[in-house]
Amino acid sequence: MTTHTTTTAPAASARPTGFAHDTAAVFVRESRPLVRDPFSVVFSLVQPLVFLGLFGPLLVGAAGGDAADTLQWFVPGILVMVALFGTASTGANLLFEMQTGSHERTLVAPLSRGALLVGRALKDVVPLVVQGTIVVLVAVPFGFRVDVPGLVAGLAVLAVFGIGFGALSYTLALACRSRDWMFWMVHQTLLFPLMILSGMLLPLDDGPEWIRVAAAVNPLSYLVGAERALLAGEVGAADVAGGVVAAVVTCAVGIAVGVRAMRRAR
Amino acid sequence: MTNHMITARGLTKSFPAKGRTVEAVRSVDLDVAHGELVAFLGPNGAGKSTTLRMLTTLLPPTSGEATVAGCDIRRDPAGVRRRIGYVGQGTSGGHTQRVRDELHAQGAFYGLGRRETRVRAAELIDSLELGQVADRQVQSLSGGQKRRVDIALGLIHRPELLFLDEPSTGLDPHSRANLWDHIVDLRRANGTTIFLTTHYLDEADQLAERVMVMDHGAVIADDTAWALKESLAGDRVTLTFGSPTDAAAAAARIGGELDGLVVTVTAPGGDHALPRYLRDLGDAGLVVEAATHRRPTLDDVFLALTGRSLREEAASAAAPAATSDTDPAHRVAA
Repeated sequence: MTTHTTTTAPAASARPTGFAHDTAAVFVRESRPLVRDPFSVVFSLVQPLVFLGLFGPLLVGAAGGDAADTLQWFVPGILVMVALFGTASTGANLLFEMQTGSHERTLVAPLSRGALLVGRALKDVVPLVVQGTIVVLVAVPFGFRVDVPGLVAGLAVLAVFGIGFGALSYTLALACRSRDWMFWMVHQTLLFPLMILSGMLLPLDDGPEWIRVAAAVNPLSYLVGAERALLAGEVGAADVAGGVVAAVVTCAVGIAVGVRAMRRAR
Repeated sequence: MTNHMITARGLTKSFPAKGRTVEAVRSVDLDVAHGELVAFLGPNGAGKSTTLRMLTTLLPPTSGEATVAGCDIRRDPAGVRRRIGYVGQGTSGGHTQRVRDELHAQGAFYGLGRRETRVRAAELIDSLELGQVADRQVQSLSGGQKRRVDIALGLIHRPELLFLDEPSTGLDPHSRANLWDHIVDLRRANGTTIFLTTHYLDEADQLAERVMVMDHGAVIADDTAWALKESLAGDRVTLTFGSPTDAAAAAARIGGELDGLVVTVTAPGGDHALPRYLRDLGDAGLVVEAATHRRPTLDDVFLALTGRSLREEAASAAAPAATSDTDPAHRVAA
């Protein structure tokens, strides 16, 4: 029995890498299925498009005004919905990989734990931007007016928010481990109140005092306000600053909490 | 630098469970030399996987220390991770990922260059016979194919040391044999040290040069399969006689256990002992009607060490309720 057969030189042995390299490697891995199967990005657009197509006309009818004006108010909210729903469930992918064993494989690889989270969270920006652009394009024939610099800025703010919210979704997955039901319970419990209390679908100005208080502590209402201003081309509006702060804070908190959870992952 | 690939001293892991502490692994010492193929054998829950997870930096030990591939598992986990390959119990490849994409991602995870990764991935696809499925999604593969992908992922960076946790569990006999051919070939070509866990007795027996038997969190035996069987179990010689009196007289003469017409003797070198018994008993006028000789198995070793059979535990774990409904004897007893 041979014990020292060193026939092949270790030509491909692992080399130390940095955080940026590791983040890029994780990002590329996570993005590949999207590139291989772009239709999956369009498929998750069904819900926002249903709201746009079914809720939109009702809103136009209820408001009684010009359809284009209502769309101008409504479409930015749908963009926030895309960012919210797209990133809130992204943790389910990690949850699944934790259960199958492919997450364990990445934990044994010499990857920075932070990169495992940040690379994943950055990936979520890709479908978000594509879906946001499609929503806007769909709305244009119905009278929605696009301010291109405003749209670019609006998507950028949403991307920053999406990275943070996705990171929070991954954190939830890491906390739930094998308990799928807990992930979906928390997901459902938080998602709809966050959506309704953001003024995304209906204005909250006429709602009761407590609703307006709840909306004031909901980062999404600032985001909705900022998107409405940005897509109208009012890049300098005060609402924009509020949305940028909400997005940056969500991003910072999400990354901080998520990286901490990933470092403790077993 | 020691000449050992793995050295562990007093490795212990305890978990809090329902208000008390459960010691999953109790003060395990082990040394594995370069190029060895060692099997960790034991029933489910013996602490095999927990030990493996500590050695691969997935789980911090409660106490004790270990050096793996020259790096300390506590002080330099990144160094350990760069040098080892690990194939866990689950499926390493992401379900919606294509096989080749996963190998390319894995190369990047280990800091290999783009071209180097492509060459290495193609090599592994070829040597593990994954060419047919390289551009398919992992979720569409058979169990045996998935396992070969797991092994390919574990080998992308040519690790000096490969850990395999229950590599063949759940595979059909054909896929198991095929998987083992691949592992043995890879080892022959690269001299990789392999440390695996298994609860398949035949697997440990046929493939490993060294078997460590684990039970209740402790290593209770550590030697070659041959030496374990020789020293702990011994060969079994069974002699059958025409009458109980002959059997009793034979048992008195050569020793062994008497059971009706049958005398069973446990002895090292039973193949040599059997003709000697026949001659000796013939001289005494005792006629042996039937004789068998059986080499011990690792199950006999486990039985001798613990008083329990590994085979029975595996069988009862596999089908705990199946017999109680169908077996009439069981129903009467209940």
